[in-house]
Amino acid sequence: MSAIRNPKDFWAGLIYLGIGLGAVYIAQDYEMGTAVRMGPGYFPNVLGSVLALVGLIALLRSFMRPGEAIGRLAWREAVLVLGATALFGMLVRGAGLALSVLVLVVISSYASRQFRLRSSVFLALGLAVFGVLVFIKGLGIPLPLWGKWLGG
Amino acid sequence: MELLANLGLGFDTAFTLTNLLYCLAGVALGTLIGVLPGLGPVATIAMLLPATFGLPPVSALIMLAGIYYGAQYGGSTTAILVNLPGETSSVVTALDGYQMARQGRAGKALATAAIGSFFAGTVATFLLAVFAPPLADIALKFGPAEYFSLMVLGLIGSIVLAHGSLLHAIGMIVLGLLLGMMGTDINSGMARYTFDTPELADGISFVVLAMGMFGLGEIIRNLEDEELRSAMVTKVSGLMPSREDLKRIAAPILRGTAVGALLGILPGGGAILAAFAAYSVEKKISPNSAQFGKGAIEGVAAPEAANNAGAQTSFIPMLTLGIPSNPVMALMIGAMIIQGIQPGPMVMIEQPALFWGIIVSMWIGNLFLVILNLPLIGLWVRLITIPYRLLYPAILVFCAIGVFSINNREFDIYLMALFGLLGYILAKLDCEMAPLLLAFILGPMMEEYLRRALLISRGDPMVLVERPISATMLALSVVALLLVLVPAFRKTREVAFQEDD
Repeated sequence: MSAIRNPKDFWAGLIYLGIGLGAVYIAQDYEMGTAVRMGPGYFPNVLGSVLALVGLIALLRSFMRPGEAIGRLAWREAVLVLGATALFGMLVRGAGLALSVLVLVVISSYASRQFRLRSSVFLALGLAVFGVLVFIKGLGIPLPLWGKWLGG
Repeated sequence: MELLANLGLGFDTAFTLTNLLYCLAGVALGTLIGVLPGLGPVATIAMLLPATFGLPPVSALIMLAGIYYGAQYGGSTTAILVNLPGETSSVVTALDGYQMARQGRAGKALATAAIGSFFAGTVATFLLAVFAPPLADIALKFGPAEYFSLMVLGLIGSIVLAHGSLLHAIGMIVLGLLLGMMGTDINSGMARYTFDTPELADGISFVVLAMGMFGLGEIIRNLEDEELRSAMVTKVSGLMPSREDLKRIAAPILRGTAVGALLGILPGGGAILAAFAAYSVEKKISPNSAQFGKGAIEGVAAPEAANNAGAQTSFIPMLTLGIPSNPVMALMIGAMIIQGIQPGPMVMIEQPALFWGIIVSMWIGNLFLVILNLPLIGLWVRLITIPYRLLYPAILVFCAIGVFSINNREFDIYLMALFGLLGYILAKLDCEMAPLLLAFILGPMMEEYLRRALLISRGDPMVLVERPISATMLALSVVALLLVLVPAFRKTREVAFQEDD
């Protein structure tokens, strides 16, 4: 990997190139149309190609111009935060808002290096009560307090 | 005097008890998120959007606007007192403001910031009231060709003014435009990039995108190098600046207001750029330039006036043309659409009470902010000490419930998490999120206008350069693009953003 002198450009370029080519590939099914009546495929094809081109330039540049390293990727934090959020989505109808908030808060706060179980449980309880009062009682969002798994 | 009649209508609208309360709520919330580092106006407004669906449009927009300019105030408080800029726009305030605080002049720095902001806010509100109607009149004559060219200019502008690498700014804009293509094509009814998922048939909601990229992505970035925020808060005393201080800050405030008001209108501009530019200008021409960075009161006055002026004037293109100049304005446009208002020059004609009500509410909001920030400063200072480990789970809860409530479906929560990941990775690669969000909002509109323009001209692309207004805007775009490629300008641009670090 020593040929890559600018890893940030390299990876960004790869993302642009991948998404751009993917966009053009999918857009082959959309009609291009004519200049008078542009079809649904016109913009996607043009944009996808431009994005792929930008990606290509970034890739080439990454071998020529030096740049900083990317630095530590916070995978643990990312997985905990995003995982807790997704889990909230899976639980919210089945287990209800109160429990899902508890789960979301406790798991996500574990991502912090200053995690303390006691204070995060208190925070979770507080936010669960707050969430139920504001969103279910106050704003009337159609979410169950206790989900169908709990017979709510 | 038509202006007075208009402002009178605005006062009638804004001075109802409900709207005053929403204005107060907005600026108080804005100050709060301004004080709390790691939570910006974009994520906050995205989070609160679903909660404003049920409000009358005027109240909703008054509150959301208050959050934006309120955040500029709050951000400077922490910048001055603990050297922690709550918002990017107050990074430069910290340079001299914190030095003043260390010298025991915290009170004066805070008062200067408040006076500067209030003055700038008042002037900018007035500018908005004066310039919005003629601009809207011009905009009424715009056809699809003009709108398309205007949006091109807007996007080019945000490339030129983006902080980092130009190539990445272009990449992020094209990526944003592509993301905007998702969903059913209006003209043909064809589903594009929906991957046979019914939830994507209407495209991605910009709230989901903004919350994921700005909200969740930002949280992960903050956790990456989480530091203990031990706030060594200085005791605040001696709020009132002396007569001599007032003399010293008068000119910097005026210059800051002018710079800020001008930059606020530009696409990609707004409060952040305004503050940086005003500080640089002041440092160059101030007779006390040697003191800059060592607690010069001018170094607080100018950027504070500028960021507030910029925050207010960035409403001009949004309210008159329906075109956002920065991500916050993009969210405001989204809020209008959700409320059933078609953004653009017709807003002023069809909804004069809404239009003028928002403008007047900004002035009232600025008044609230002075009251909230000077006497109640102790309260906000205490909030700085809230540790981040208690803050971000709460943000997550609001994001998750808020995003769910847009369409009452879990799918949006998953999508938000996905954009959080994408946002984090792109941020790690120094790709800026603001141009992407801007392009995402503008993309579908641009496509629609271009198609319409070409349909009218029977496919002749010359329509874009034959109409004078459209041609001017395209010419400006080309000039702007060429400018950034000229090495000399490029160097200046890099230097201009150096202060950032």
